[in-house]
Amino acid sequence: MSEVFDILISASFWAAVLRIASPLILATMGELICERAGVLNLGIEGIMVIGAFTGWMAVYLGLPLWGGVATAMAAGMLFGLLHSTLTVPFGLSQHVVGLGVTLLATSTAYFTYRLMLPEVTSPPKIEPFQPLHIPGLSDLPWLGEALSQTALTWAAFAVAGLVAFTLYRTPLGLAVRAVGENPAAVEAQGLSVTGLRMGAVIVGSGLMAVGGAFLTLSAFSSFFFEMVNGRGWICVALVVFGAWRPGKAVLGAILFAAFDALQIRLQQTDLGAVLPYQLFLALPFILSILALILMSRRAEVPAALMVPYNKGER
Amino acid sequence: MRLEPIANPSAVRRLGLPVLALLATLGVAMALATIAGANPLAVLGQIATGALGSRLAILETLNRATPLIFTGLAVAVAFRAKLWNIGAEAQLYAGAIVAVLLGTGALGSPMVLPVSALAAMLAGAMLLLGPVLLKTRLGVDEVVTTLLLNFIMLLFVSYLLEGPMKDPMGMGWPKSPALTPEARLPRIVEGLRLHWGFALAIIAAVIVWVMQTRTALGFEIRAVGQNPEAARFAGMPVNAVLLKTALLSGGLAALAGWSEVAGLKGHLSQDLSPGFGYTGIIVAMLALLHPLAVVVTAVFVAGIFVGSDAMSRAADVPTYIADMLLATALLFMVLAILLTKVRVVRG
Repeated sequence: MSEVFDILISASFWAAVLRIASPLILATMGELICERAGVLNLGIEGIMVIGAFTGWMAVYLGLPLWGGVATAMAAGMLFGLLHSTLTVPFGLSQHVVGLGVTLLATSTAYFTYRLMLPEVTSPPKIEPFQPLHIPGLSDLPWLGEALSQTALTWAAFAVAGLVAFTLYRTPLGLAVRAVGENPAAVEAQGLSVTGLRMGAVIVGSGLMAVGGAFLTLSAFSSFFFEMVNGRGWICVALVVFGAWRPGKAVLGAILFAAFDALQIRLQQTDLGAVLPYQLFLALPFILSILALILMSRRAEVPAALMVPYNKGER
Repeated sequence: MRLEPIANPSAVRRLGLPVLALLATLGVAMALATIAGANPLAVLGQIATGALGSRLAILETLNRATPLIFTGLAVAVAFRAKLWNIGAEAQLYAGAIVAVLLGTGALGSPMVLPVSALAAMLAGAMLLLGPVLLKTRLGVDEVVTTLLLNFIMLLFVSYLLEGPMKDPMGMGWPKSPALTPEARLPRIVEGLRLHWGFALAIIAAVIVWVMQTRTALGFEIRAVGQNPEAARFAGMPVNAVLLKTALLSGGLAALAGWSEVAGLKGHLSQDLSPGFGYTGIIVAMLALLHPLAVVVTAVFVAGIFVGSDAMSRAADVPTYIADMLLATALLFMVLAILLTKVRVVRG
């Protein structure tokens, strides 16, 4: 057990936790916005793939790193527009449309990748975001190393703060939350249910795509098939785990990332020699299911989640 | 805009819109081929001949359709009850594991096929039982749990193939030992590369159709899917119906893996399924959840995959075009089906 303790107090471990948590935080915030507005967005997995791909491809083609982030966001919003058009005004099944969008976004990314780089066996690398040097902070012992993060990680936490502020402290946030609870009341206020929900899904999808782009622009330096590898589904679980609240969802993402960082390190210890490595790799998914079970009784699901709204229908 | 139900949709509307959805998908296919720098009509032709152009191609398409019929049925049965089983991929592998466990010499010859088929169904059913109990007892969304189980199952298969189930003669490849000849599904016609799994899949579709249209359970599944509250109010045991649906759905999905191992591959490997479980969702939706239509759409979807593989070798169009087309077809089709029932009005 002392090995585990040594890992837990090391600065490099916490640096890894924040790094692993970043894409989860971004995409979880995206999903949270959608769900607070009443729309389950199962396009998340594919939208993360398209974000990872377009962000990387844009930088590979010569855009600056932030240009890559913007490209990913735009691509995600485009798929968000598709998802929300079908699920909001047309009120189609959010399950079916979400899975369809995931398949479409994923295959579009793979198709375009093969089209643009038909011959390559290993994808070209780009120069990714580097850890920021913050005067004063970066020189501190331990903390300096743990907080040695790229701008995109800092951005992820800033986005979480912004989402929390917007949802709870602004009229727009109130309207988004209300449209996920009681759309008829929002309509009675003279606001557009369709507009609010579509807007939430489009913005949320943009954030999911930036979460995907984190993988190619900050964590790794190229695009691989199946690199998102279920992270989107884990984020759907994190929204439930966080009881649809941004702060709790961020804590959930960090807790989750801590387990993930721990399992990578435990594989190198005596424990890793005894247990099959697949068990460690399965840990995030097992934990997600446990988290869902744990929170099932307490969750305050938005009342109108997955309930399409058709004007004039009672 | 607002949606208004149409009292008596015309035949033109009911048939024309789905046809339009397929034509639109065809249009997308041609656009993608053009983007890829190929001749769109030639690409369509190559997909069609690749899928149906020769006896070999047709048999390949039917073989590819076999697991898709099973997973399509699994999804159709579950979605009918609004049970969102996205875990057919995991259930498929559960069936495949059982096929290897019982088919590599553990059982005597005459009984091995029926026993391993039933055991496979049981394994798949059990795998879906967990998420459904979590749904009925604790209200945990089954979409996420079944999705997550897919990833856990793939890692479990990887563990089995590198550990206890590894073929010692496999030259280091992570694959299972081969099934004994008695545990293999024979070919339907000697000399033709099409195994009995295909026939069993069609039989399964007929059984599911009879169950849905002629039995009390079928009626209950439909009622629960349409309105669980009303069904509960009418005195239906909603949770019990969901459980039965899950057992059936998981069992059907498991048969996909079982028949791939026993009929086609003869052993289990990590790449047994290129996402048959997920593609089953498209198969089922295109079939409007009708079990007999699942057979048709499974062959259609399999044809797109087989044809795209062949086309991709001839023209320089990436084979991922198949997944893009199926996703497009799915989205166009659900929209078209909706528009057969409602009209978009302003205001």
